Amino acid sequence: MPVYRHTIGTTSYRFNGLTDLLAKASPARSGDQLAGIAAVDAAERVAAQMALAELPLTTFLNETVVPYASDDVTRLIIDTHQPAALAPVAHLTVGDFRNWLLGDTADAAALAALAPGLTPEMAAAVSKLMRIQDLILVGHKCRVVTAFRNTIGLAGRMATRLQPNHPTDDPTGVAASILDGLLYGSGDAVIGINPASDSTAAVITLLRMLDDIIQSYRIPTQSCVLAHVTTQLEAITQGAPIDLVFQSIAGTQAANAGFGVTLDLLGEARDAALSLKRATLGDNVMYFETGQGSALSANAHYGVDQQTLEARAYAVARHFKPLLVNTVVGFIGPEYLYNGKQIIRAGLEDHCCGKLLGLPMGCDVCYTNHAEADQDDMDVLLTLLGAAGCNYIMGIPGSDDIMLNYQTTSFHDALYIRQVLGLRPAPEFEAWLHQLGIFDGNNRAAVTSALPEPFVRTLAQLT
Amino acid sequence: MTNPLVPQQPVVVANPWETLRRFTAARIALGRAGGSLPTAPHLAFQLAHAQARDAVQLPLDQAGVASDLQTRGYQTVRLHSAAPDRATYLQRPDLGRRLAEPSRETLAALAAHAAAPPELAFVIGDGLSARAIHENAVAFLDQIAPRLIAAGWHLGPVSLVAQARVAIGDEIGQVLGAAIVVILIGERPGLSSPDSLGAYLTYGPRIGVTDAQRNCISNIRAAGLSHEAAAHKLAYLLDEARRRKLSGVLLKDEAGTRLPLTAD
Repeated sequence: MPVYRHTIGTTSYRFNGLTDLLAKASPARSGDQLAGIAAVDAAERVAAQMALAELPLTTFLNETVVPYASDDVTRLIIDTHQPAALAPVAHLTVGDFRNWLLGDTADAAALAALAPGLTPEMAAAVSKLMRIQDLILVGHKCRVVTAFRNTIGLAGRMATRLQPNHPTDDPTGVAASILDGLLYGSGDAVIGINPASDSTAAVITLLRMLDDIIQSYRIPTQSCVLAHVTTQLEAITQGAPIDLVFQSIAGTQAANAGFGVTLDLLGEARDAALSLKRATLGDNVMYFETGQGSALSANAHYGVDQQTLEARAYAVARHFKPLLVNTVVGFIGPEYLYNGKQIIRAGLEDHCCGKLLGLPMGCDVCYTNHAEADQDDMDVLLTLLGAAGCNYIMGIPGSDDIMLNYQTTSFHDALYIRQVLGLRPAPEFEAWLHQLGIFDGNNRAAVTSALPEPFVRTLAQLT
Repeated sequence: MTNPLVPQQPVVVANPWETLRRFTAARIALGRAGGSLPTAPHLAFQLAHAQARDAVQLPLDQAGVASDLQTRGYQTVRLHSAAPDRATYLQRPDLGRRLAEPSRETLAALAAHAAAPPELAFVIGDGLSARAIHENAVAFLDQIAPRLIAAGWHLGPVSLVAQARVAIGDEIGQVLGAAIVVILIGERPGLSSPDSLGAYLTYGPRIGVTDAQRNCISNIRAAGLSHEAAAHKLAYLLDEARRRKLSGVLLKDEAGTRLPLTAD
């Protein structure tokens, strides 16, 4: 194993291999401390960052952090790497790569061309040298556009996932939250339910309901029920109307095994979704969720820091051309990301690294009640992600997910960020909002005492 | 200046679908001030979050709970996990799963003086909500323990543990030599449930038992599963665990309970 060294004054620091170097260079967070791999003090962390800055980018093609022989994610990364795409920066060190990314050469076209040449470890490494403003700027320069029934990720736009969860999957309860969200202009990324039950019958009931709603109101969006991928495959077999196939993924084969998935299974799921031919504008049929700490939580981390492992999950995601990827950044709890500061930085790292790797990144701007975080922290992260050009955020009634027991962004939060930064919905969905009078010509919420015509009957039926 | 002859829009726009609130506890139809959350629902949310945060930070009143237990005639032992304080507890779940050394010695001395190892040992741990313990633990024991004693169960001492995770019951059960351990623990507070108690049953407790070998009864609280209903479920699970000499996934279907991802 190569040893990396760095000397500051009279102190010589030693790092045992890439894994140790990356872990020690990672900005402080509780998950790496829990794993026992973090820098012992602030000076060692900067020494590691200085050593990392001097490392040639090509090092990551020759030294892996998780063994090639025993991990299919490493094999995917190495076997699908495109050296020609890396060529413009292949001669650079990690430190010079940061400079290149911040420079004017690195525009949207150059960054899109570079993506297949970057490995997740390269993206993670350079992000560890970045401040928040660098993460925002580089993320902002990347553009990743995907399509199903609408177009997500265009410049100046931000979409929302309408997340109408209910603790017992009660269809009327779910419908009430959907109606609330639509009338607040939410739902262009997807209308996606986390089901309380993973039973195929319950999942199919929800899928049919979502399909009916999207068809009867002619909403240019897509649906998803975030059950296990095998449950969704079974639902497809039984004829259920599935738009997007969802799965949680992680950055090692063992962690994915903990989620009950393999790369083959994900490929099978994508083929099954494509075979339904339900998309009208594109072939992006997958929806993935990730989050720092999942591999450690599954005891499948190989001593690799959680941010590098998160970037490796993006290598899994990009292989399947997803419509949406989001990092559920504060869901996992304070033993991985302790407070608002750690959650905010992690959300921006994930957005930046995902975008560099060519992914349509969204972020579940969220926290649990045992984390040292609150609504102010989420406002900061939301605003910074808006500045960074994040493709989409979550939208739930009043920030309170009554099924998953955590807090994420609300319908109102999306209206706030649209107003402050002038961000518009996906164009097809925007036209629908204007047509129904949900948004006015300035994309401001417009529903007052009178409901849009199609919803008048619905409300009458429900009450 | 406003024109008195032109009708003004109210500053807070109410939503005409407020009637849908009866179908869900979700915070729908909150209205808007411009596009933002009006003051009343904003402060209602802040209060719910404050209550959940306070529940996480509230220290376990070991003296008070121990006194309540002793009044009822339970042998009680006060213990502490290896997590010295709340901040450490929140960042190091591994430490919350093990006893501090002095506590382990206290418990071992108690076990050495016992006539015989107990069939069942109850553990009460703060978990992520001491409030759940203060409001539910003794009242729940009042429901379940007399019923078990009448059915001939040999109960061990009740361990009262500060900074505890679920798995600390494994070490306690092992030291006591208990056949079954049940830990009553404060669950991760939700915005509308700062006081939720969980009960985890483990047959053959020992350090290293996995969550797949546990059964859980969740959401025990005034606005959730009643103490009486929870006691009924637990009594059923205990009888089955004793009869079949196991716990966990093999018991879960018949009992209709499942393991939530809380306070592990």
